[in-house]
Amino acid sequence: MSEPLLKLEGLTKHFPVRSGLLGRQIGAVKAVDEVDLDIAAGRTLGLVGESGCGKTTLGRCIVRAHDPTGGRLLYWRPDGSSIDVARLKEKELKSYRAEVRMIFQDPHSSLNPRKTLREIIGEPMRVHAYGSADEIDQRVGDLLERVGLRPEYANRYPHAFSGGQRQRVGIARALALSPRLVVADEAVSALDVSVRAQILNLLMDLQEESDLGFLFVSHDLGIIEHVADEVAVMYLGRVVEQGPTEELYTRPTHPYTEALLSAVPDPDPAAKRHRERIKLLGDIADPAHVPPGCPFHPRCVYAKDTCRTERPPLREVQGRRVACHFAEELDLRGVPDPDVREDPVVKA
Amino acid sequence: MPADDVLLEIEDLRTHFLMDDGVVCAVDGVDLRVRKGETLAIVGESGCGKSVMARSILRLVDPPGQIEGGTITLHRDSGPVELVGADTKLLRQIRWNDIAMVFQEPMASLSLVHTIGSQIVEAVRLHENIGKAAARKRAIEMLDRVGIPMPARRVDAYPFELSGGMRQRAMIAMALACKPSLLIADEPTTALDVTTQAQILELLRDLQDEFGMAIMLITHDLGVAAQVADSMAVMYLGRVVEYGSAEQVLATPRHPYAQALLRSMPRLGRARQRRLTAIKGMVPPPYARPDGCFFHPRCEHVVEGRCDRVSPRLLQVADRQVSCLLYEEDK
Repeated sequence: MSEPLLKLEGLTKHFPVRSGLLGRQIGAVKAVDEVDLDIAAGRTLGLVGESGCGKTTLGRCIVRAHDPTGGRLLYWRPDGSSIDVARLKEKELKSYRAEVRMIFQDPHSSLNPRKTLREIIGEPMRVHAYGSADEIDQRVGDLLERVGLRPEYANRYPHAFSGGQRQRVGIARALALSPRLVVADEAVSALDVSVRAQILNLLMDLQEESDLGFLFVSHDLGIIEHVADEVAVMYLGRVVEQGPTEELYTRPTHPYTEALLSAVPDPDPAAKRHRERIKLLGDIADPAHVPPGCPFHPRCVYAKDTCRTERPPLREVQGRRVACHFAEELDLRGVPDPDVREDPVVKA
Repeated sequence: MPADDVLLEIEDLRTHFLMDDGVVCAVDGVDLRVRKGETLAIVGESGCGKSVMARSILRLVDPPGQIEGGTITLHRDSGPVELVGADTKLLRQIRWNDIAMVFQEPMASLSLVHTIGSQIVEAVRLHENIGKAAARKRAIEMLDRVGIPMPARRVDAYPFELSGGMRQRAMIAMALACKPSLLIADEPTTALDVTTQAQILELLRDLQDEFGMAIMLITHDLGVAAQVADSMAVMYLGRVVEYGSAEQVLATPRHPYAQALLRSMPRLGRARQRRLTAIKGMVPPPYARPDGCFFHPRCEHVVEGRCDRVSPRLLQVADRQVSCLLYEEDK
């Protein structure tokens, strides 16, 4: 078991909804609601869910771009001591921010167009007093090389680069201070398929080299399956299922996970015949108006009376955590093993 | 090719952008056919010209882009019509009535200050000689048909009052209001969540069964294409590199680019913690197209001294068309 890096305990982020002339608070959007998660060194935790489920807010709380409104964010320092990052003041966050970095989704808007790559990648090193100007320049060159760009590019501006190259610059900047944990928020979603594979491979190599912990936030279940050791599925601010990637994909225990998996379009023409889609009823619920009982019940095809009134707790079932009253009883379909998939008749 | 079931025939279409720095050949000699009632998926990465190609059909390419050559023939019941060089009046008649289009971002293509209903009514009344009340009735029918709950009320809703999936449904309702024989859908589900995407794709399939129209689906996602397409064309840098039945292209791609594209996708159930096979290099910048075969600098099977000189033609190889010199040598 690898050492723990970050432990989320009941992490909560509510955004107030204000109205009227005095801006009185009339409610709250429960973007992240009592989430417990662990992230370990050298491991990747994948976070999936539809838009509005709170996955991005969660990632931003971890880097403290948002201040959590409740819960704890326990971080283990390299010396083994732990601190609650959620309570730290802005000034005390500096060393944490050097060790926990973020890669953003859009490589076009996350790089300052008026700065050269040297300035962009060197900036965190200057802020954290990494070394002399020469040392920083040297490291910028090394980093560019590491992410597959030429060191001579350091004097160029972002506009001279393609989307994939810019994302490499964003990765180089995130790695500048040798972080221990990287939060990648839809880091490859804006890239073309052929470039996406290059970036994913790069991230996996970097992880192997330096025992990086990753929180990989994405709506794309294919990518999450590819990179993550463990997956947490979020719905309306809460984790509804969490477990090791392979088990969760082959045998989901939450109906929402099942529906998400069945919605992924598979390019294999044979799969079209074998897979049946689980239809989700309606649209994603509004996080400002979370339905009573199980938040997923209005869209769930298995919903019973209990689901409409009682909120299912997140509990241990068969080595993973799931928030469904009927997790043991439901026989849900996941993604079949491709080797078995070829002749389903034999199995039936 | 039997001419009687072909709806749209594109031959040697070239759409170029005359920029200050040079000419960008966004569409560079595309040949395609859409048969009546079928779904043709056009797949490729950004910059491959798939959207410009589709927009050229209805002449929606903004300057400095312009159609430089080629023919686009629409086979109507009353006879074939040539769209390249057709006058604006004829094009107006063809838009919506014969060919309608759905775009990626519904919020950007719907008017923000008009209700969904009034936008559909306007489109219908521009193209058909019917009264306001009848057009409104048609709008409600269409909204109901695309699965918008409470259509009689939603007809008076503004686009911002609808969710992303609902907006895309409203766009589809609008596009189908005049019962076109071809629907061009340009990345209709890219801005949507997977679950909503699945619903919209299913809706498109159902509507196709009901209305019998052909669909040209532009997408970068091979998975999406696999769900709905009968035939498929893979584009790279303004050219079609492989064209055939969707099932065959996906199961046994022949062009090295199509092969590499399929391999580089993480696919459910077979990608666990395995390295992806990436395509080396990147899509070249628009002003610097490679000589010979456009794909040769990134191709695994490149033949030095041949692929970088000779430009491959789109050839019939067994069950489909491929533009690769590897297959020309076989002959």
